[in-house]
Parts: sequence; structure tokens; C-alpha cells
Amino acid sequence: MFLLMNNNKKYHALKVDTQKCFGCTHCMKICPTEAIRIVNGVAVIDNQRCVDCGNCLRACPADAFYVEQDDLSKINNYKHRVVLFPSVFIGQFSEIYSEGQIYEALLELGFTHIFEVEQPAGWLMESIKDFSGENTHRPLISSFCPAIVRLIQCKYPSLTAHIVRRKAPHDLAAHFAIEQLKKEGAKEDEIGIFYVSPCSAKMAAVNQPVAEKESIVTGVINMKDLYNRIMKLIPTKEKMDTSGFRRYLSREGILWSLPRGESAWYRKKSMAIDGIHNVVKFLERLENDEVPEIDFLELKSCSEGCAGGILLTGNRFLTVERLQKRAARYPKAAQVEVENAAKELVKKKLVADEIKPEHIFVLDQNRSKAIEKLQKINDILCQLPGLDCGGCGAPNCHALAEDMVKGKAKMTDCVFLQNKYLKEQKVKPEKAYKNLEKIWGKQRFEADCNKKGGRNEGF
Amino acid sequence: MAIELNFTIEGGDFSNAGKASSKIKKVLKQLNIEAKIIKKIVVAVYEAEVNVAAHAYSGNVKALVGENDVVVMVSDSGPGIENVELAMKEGYSTASKEVREMGFGAGMGLANIKRNTDELKIETKVGEGTTVTFSLNYS
Repeated sequence: MFLLMNNNKKYHALKVDTQKCFGCTHCMKICPTEAIRIVNGVAVIDNQRCVDCGNCLRACPADAFYVEQDDLSKINNYKHRVVLFPSVFIGQFSEIYSEGQIYEALLELGFTHIFEVEQPAGWLMESIKDFSGENTHRPLISSFCPAIVRLIQCKYPSLTAHIVRRKAPHDLAAHFAIEQLKKEGAKEDEIGIFYVSPCSAKMAAVNQPVAEKESIVTGVINMKDLYNRIMKLIPTKEKMDTSGFRRYLSREGILWSLPRGESAWYRKKSMAIDGIHNVVKFLERLENDEVPEIDFLELKSCSEGCAGGILLTGNRFLTVERLQKRAARYPKAAQVEVENAAKELVKKKLVADEIKPEHIFVLDQNRSKAIEKLQKINDILCQLPGLDCGGCGAPNCHALAEDMVKGKAKMTDCVFLQNKYLKEQKVKPEKAYKNLEKIWGKQRFEADCNKKGGRNEGF
Repeated sequence: MAIELNFTIEGGDFSNAGKASSKIKKVLKQLNIEAKIIKKIVVAVYEAEVNVAAHAYSGNVKALVGENDVVVMVSDSGPGIENVELAMKEGYSTASKEVREMGFGAGMGLANIKRNTDELKIETKVGEGTTVTFSLNYS
């Protein structure tokens, strides 16, 4: 593990560059768990609530969000340097570049072995089917997308038992790669496994897995960063045959991370939903028993699945298009023969720990105190204007009221109430101005003609 | 001390049925009530909401969320229930063809409320309306 891993603290891949952020509220408004507040003129992420979905990064007009990543030069510490990437990595390149050309550039960059994470997807499929035999909860919910797993943990605790207790494709690929290399005579401590992540959620999951003791991946690479490096190195023509690296890749594997990739394979009564806000709406219904019987639910945080990952470069629809064409050229998973005796061993390692709920929205452990707080929230809400303007540094009036009973905000944070208090001479103008500065920073009131975040920025 | 939550429902408005149960659910989650109990209440309230949407002209939901229990009162002005005993039977339904075509009116509503709550009381007057009161203890 290169990046910090501390079990007491939730690790998040998303960080705010306080030099670039100027508190425009775009991220705060779009966050599905209301995890962002503006303090002192910049966005602050609540570690407990953040699920690493990356919508903040996507919405930011100032490029102020970034993801932590490992330095690529670290690969040189290993004799066998394995790069693992999801198939969407190939999909984002223009079709003028063949798979072979992209693979050659990866070798040129210094990797010795290349594995797409979805090979051999057949083993993961078998493993998920095994689980569906063991677990009686329906629908089963795919554990594929870590942002969704974290969302369910904190927002839909009653559904955690539905999550498939199997690890993600990158774990499969890592174990598979290690076993393959060992078979070729490599020693385990000479193998470095580097995972190319399409998003912040997978990055966080690799550095602090939700349902396993420790991740098997040695380092995480930002897919956007790798894309730029590959574009510099990509040869104009294929010079060698790299197809050997892709011999275990299957049609289902290539489509796995796209919408319906998993559900189309699971068949029975299965459904696929992409986009975290769509997922939230559906889980809300599912929790209320307002949906018909379903066997399997595939939920992906990004619209168009991993093709819409925040660290991808190409257009998500073009990426899907290329991958669909690519998948058609590959054999079905059932036809892919893997001459490796380690199948049972790898399958055993795919079993994940139980996912426990996290009750982060609980107002107070003491129920009577919690009720008091709820009553207080309702009383405060009567006073607030209900515009959800974000002028207080919270995403909406309700969130502000909650912050107040938690002691994190006060009535004067509301710009409307503050004006009322000014008129009623309950607050001095001097003090009112200071209050605003506390939320929005001192420079907020300086004229700036190059401000970002105005109309048409970032969309 | 208890929190009072109020909602109104229009007859025929199925798209808004579920709002009260969702809000009540959110409150119960903030109180750290066990997920299984929350689900029971939510299912009961949702069934009651759908009943109003399917049968009545208008109605309202009043929920009293307390330290040890939740009491929900759903009253409507509507046709009332002619035979309560029959209405309680699983599968018995007076829902119109239109309502059934929308996927509601399977005749499980009241039975489902009874199954998920500790106490259920139905007061009804034909031609005037119905008040369904139910409660669930979680102390």
C-alpha cells in the first residue's frame, strides 16, 4: 500500500485543492449524500458521508477536485510489473488506434504484463451464482460499484444484507495475474500489481476496501494520467503481436462494467440502473417494498457505467460504442478455456466479508434526545425561507437546520434571516458582514471579472 | 415527547402515494430505529396511502413518532367501507379496473397493514369516509 490506510478513518480519494476552489456551490448542490459544506470560501467534504462517487469533481467549474494517486515510477521497484485495467480504458481511445497499439504503448511505458480486469470474468460469474444459491435475500444487489456499496451502507442500511459478498473484478484480475505469473516461475514479492482506476470510488475501494481486510493491489494509477502518457507513446503501426495478453478476455467481460453488463448475464428477473441519483430514487422504492419481485440488481454510480467514470477522457457514449463493437469480436465467457489449476484458489479469494451498515444519519444515540433534535429541526425549518439557495454554505434549508442542531451552524448563517435580523436591529451590520466572511471567505467581496462558476462554465 | 408529521393525499394521485412513507422513514432512520421495524411501518403507511389514492376523494396522514412507538392515523373523505370484515380479507378488493391496471388494488392493503403493525383500528361511515389508525411499538 502506498497511500495512507488507516482503519479508524475513512479513506477518500477525492480531495479539494483550496487554492483553486472558490466555493461556487456546484459540488455542494449535486452531492447525493449532502456531504459538502462551504467553509471559509472553500468546499469541505464530510468524511463520514462521502461515498466517493465523484459527482463533485464532475460538477466543478474550477477543476478544484483531484484524486490522490501513486507515482508511476514506483513500478520500477518490481521485477514483474503488472498493469490491470478495466476494458473501458481501451474504449476511450479513438478507433484509429488498435488494441495492439495501445498494448504496445503500455509495454513501452515499462509494464511487463498486461491484464484487463475482466478476465477471466467466467470465474467471477460462477462465484456470484454460488452466492445466489447461499443467500436468500432478493433482490441480490451487485457489489461491483464501490460508490453504490458505500451509499447503501450509509443511506440504506436495511439493504446491506442484499449485497453480493463477492469482490470486484480488479481483485479477481489481481489474484489471477499472481497465479499466472507464479506458474511462470515468478516469486510473489517480485510482482507489482498496478490497477488503473476509472474513478474515485474504485480508487478509494482499492486503498480501503469495504469488505475485505486488505487490498491485493500494489498501487493505483489514475486512468486520465495513463491515457495522456499512452497518447505520447502510442506507435503509428502495430509492430508486435500482443494478442497473447488478451487470450482470456470474453464478450461478457468487456461489457461487464457497462450498463446491463452484469444483469444481461444474470438473466432471470434482473434490472440495471446507472447514475447515482437514479439509483437513490430506486433504492428508496425498494426499501419501501414498492417494486415488483426482482432477482438481481445491477447498480452503477456513473451514467453509462464505467464508460462514464470521472477519470475517463473520451465521450462516454463513444466509449460504449467502441466496446460493444469490440465485444462482438470476442468469444463468450463459456468458450474461454483457462488452463490454470488455481481456479478454486482464486474463487475462494473472491469471497468478501459481510458488509455492515453505518448509521451516519442518526441524530443522537439517545432516542429522546434525537426526538428533541428532530423537533428543533422542524421549528427551525419554519423560520428558514425554503429557497435552498445555498447562501448559508449548506446544500438546502433542511441540511442547514440539521447542521444547526448538531451545533455546526447558526441562524445568522441564513442570509435571509440575517437581513431580517438587521432590519430588526438584532444584529449589527459589522457582525453580519463578518458572518458572511466566515462562510464565503474574505476575498468573496472583492471584484473579480474572471470569476469562474458563472453561466455555461463547466458543463 | 413525540414528533408530529402531517401529509395530505389527493384521491387518484398515485404518483404522490409514497411521499408520507418516505418522509416517515427518513425520520425513523434519524432516530436509529431498527431497519426491520422501519420497513414494517413504511409498508403499512404506503398501503394506507395507496388506499386513499385508490378509493377516496382526499385524505391526510398524521404520524406521531415517539420514543417508544409510532402511531399513524390516515383519514379520508370517501365512500367508506361497507363490510370491514370482508375488506380485511386478503385478495378481496373493490378497486376499479383502472386502478388494477395500474398495478394496485390486489386486495392486500388492509391485511398488509394488519400484518405489519401491533394494533389496527378502522372507523368508517359509508358515504362519508374512513379513518385507519395503526401503531407499532419499538421500545
